[in-house]
Amino acid sequence: MAVIFDKTKGLTDKTFHYCPGCTHGIIHRLVAEVMEELNLLDKAIGVAPVGCAVFAYDYFNCDMQEAAHGRAPAVATGIKRVHPESAVFTYQGDGDLASIGAAEIVHAAMRGEKFTTIFVNNAIYGMTGGQMAPTTLVGQKATTAPLGRDENHAGLPLRVSEMLATIPKAVFVERVSVHDVKHIIQAKKAIKKAFQAQMAGKGFTLVEVLSTCPTNWGKTPLESLKWLEENMIPYYPLGNYRSPEEVR
Amino acid sequence: MAKELWKGNEAIAEAAIKAGCRFFFGYPITPQNEIPEYMSLRMPQVDGCFLQAESEVAAINMVYGAAGAGARVMTSSSSPGISLKQEGITYCAGAELPCVIVNIVRGGPGLGGIQPAQSDYFQATKGGGHGDYRLIVLAPASVQEAVDLVQQAFDMADQYRNPVMVMGDGMIGQMMEPVEFTEVEKRPLPEKTWATTGTKGERQTNVINSLFIDPAECEKHNHRLYEKYKAIENNETRVEKYNLDGAEIVFVAYGTTARIVKNAISALEKEGIKAGMIRPITLWPYPYKAIEEAAGLDSVKAFMAVEMSMGQMVEDVRLAAAGKKPVHFYGRTGGMVPTPKAVVEQAKMILGGVK
Ligand SMILES: Cc1ncc(C[n+]2csc(CCOP(=O)(O)OP(=O)(O)O)c2C)c(N)n1
Ligand code: SF4
Repeated sequence: MAVIFDKTKGLTDKTFHYCPGCTHGIIHRLVAEVMEELNLLDKAIGVAPVGCAVFAYDYFNCDMQEAAHGRAPAVATGIKRVHPESAVFTYQGDGDLASIGAAEIVHAAMRGEKFTTIFVNNAIYGMTGGQMAPTTLVGQKATTAPLGRDENHAGLPLRVSEMLATIPKAVFVERVSVHDVKHIIQAKKAIKKAFQAQMAGKGFTLVEVLSTCPTNWGKTPLESLKWLEENMIPYYPLGNYRSPEEVR
Repeated sequence: MAKELWKGNEAIAEAAIKAGCRFFFGYPITPQNEIPEYMSLRMPQVDGCFLQAESEVAAINMVYGAAGAGARVMTSSSSPGISLKQEGITYCAGAELPCVIVNIVRGGPGLGGIQPAQSDYFQATKGGGHGDYRLIVLAPASVQEAVDLVQQAFDMADQYRNPVMVMGDGMIGQMMEPVEFTEVEKRPLPEKTWATTGTKGERQTNVINSLFIDPAECEKHNHRLYEKYKAIENNETRVEKYNLDGAEIVFVAYGTTARIVKNAISALEKEGIKAGMIRPITLWPYPYKAIEEAAGLDSVKAFMAVEMSMGQMVEDVRLAAAGKKPVHFYGRTGGMVPTPKAVVEQAKMILGGVK
């Protein structure tokens, strides 16, 4: 019998703890498949964040370190400086990366640290129960913005890819989404290019993945996919913001 | 090797290099700047890596990553910067990552000042960061001792898989003294089979982590850590006992203050007063036993802790003396240094009082 689909070796057999319909799981699979396809698993060292993906160290089938909230880029810097030949990645949510860890990601990019960041933007703090994130959309309700985000009070959501793309040594920056099959395939391509650019020693690489949080958005999984498409993509345009010659 | 004249901070940095430290992450702050400056020049010469981090928070997390990747790694700072590192330090303790942290202490609280102080004692020995954990804390009293202790610190860190802090006051960092770099006694060190190096297809995956979501597991982890701390207490407690024979008053002081106290002891001797000193070299594990024993000596009438603080270590002296003998305190703080004369006067007042 022909095998049409097989679970990647990049993931362990541990069952994901993610909520039903949460797209964290899809993103894990894409990263793991890319590492397997590029033959990187035995030289990969990943860094898990504080956030819903905190247990990523149980799921990725490679060496892993668990970092303090927002500090994954600093931890990854330490790792990559010790093992320059390894494939290092951080997997971070939007609270982790764009709020508490804003300094760490900007300076890792500025130094051109040769690792790959998978930045999961679900416009909310998932793990702590739906508080406002720097990426929460104007009008979007959160437990700490019960009437919806007010731009006069809380400012406007941060566009991380656009910001980081202004940094010369951030050599690969792309925003993708996983709300349908077509976009999932595109997302995987971007993740692959980011890892390739890292292994070619080009500099800092990041893929921002728009993701859902049905639980804290108060929507069904299907409604969530649609909400992402109709509300997040207009504010967070998909596309490549930076890429070196080699992977274009 | 002949003795050479070294500035404390630079000697500390060179000692780390000699101990095989090849990664250093730091951020500028007075009075420890010579450490990162020296490292920035020296690390490339030994194929090591110096990196100026964007903050102390980032620096200690780079240490976490590098230590978890199996490297010998160090960071240094001074009081306000060490406060910022506390998050990373407790994560290193929780994930059992060997690393060395140098604190060249200055006056506080807040921005405080840039002159020598010992007011970070509580922070270093009683937690600092959150959770049940212990740092090994070494307190050199000379540049030579700083050099020796820094080299041993890396071995201690590796042996116990625990962060080690070398705590010197600003004086230790800034003064120049003759130094001889000697080989430290080798300890049998375990291989770092736990490090994240990439599996290279040769082993199971390794995970560096301090999260135990199941409280029973988390408690078990803490118990395991405390067994380790017990072993450290048994094996590593270090103290200098000075002139205790027949002493009427026993000073307890560490670091630069202990040097000042030695001068005071000589001055008292000339006036016919016998004084001795207990100098903790490890602030954790603390040499409670040495003080307890001194408290049992018939000649001893009182203890006097001398610190460059408002009185922090004195609490441990009281714990150890356990009410057997009175414990007094004399301190200067905020960057002020006690004089031998003031120590002598305080001692005479105390002895007058207990006579
Ligand atoms: C220093 C610190 N502050 C706060 C927290 C609590 N905390 C845990 S996860 C989290 C937010 C995570 O949100 P995000 O990064 O968006 O990831 P998600 O859960 O949405 O995937 C916060 C604030 C913490 N663990 N540590
Ligand atoms: S809380 Fe949100 S982000 Fe977290 S697992 Fe559930 S759906 Fe996913």
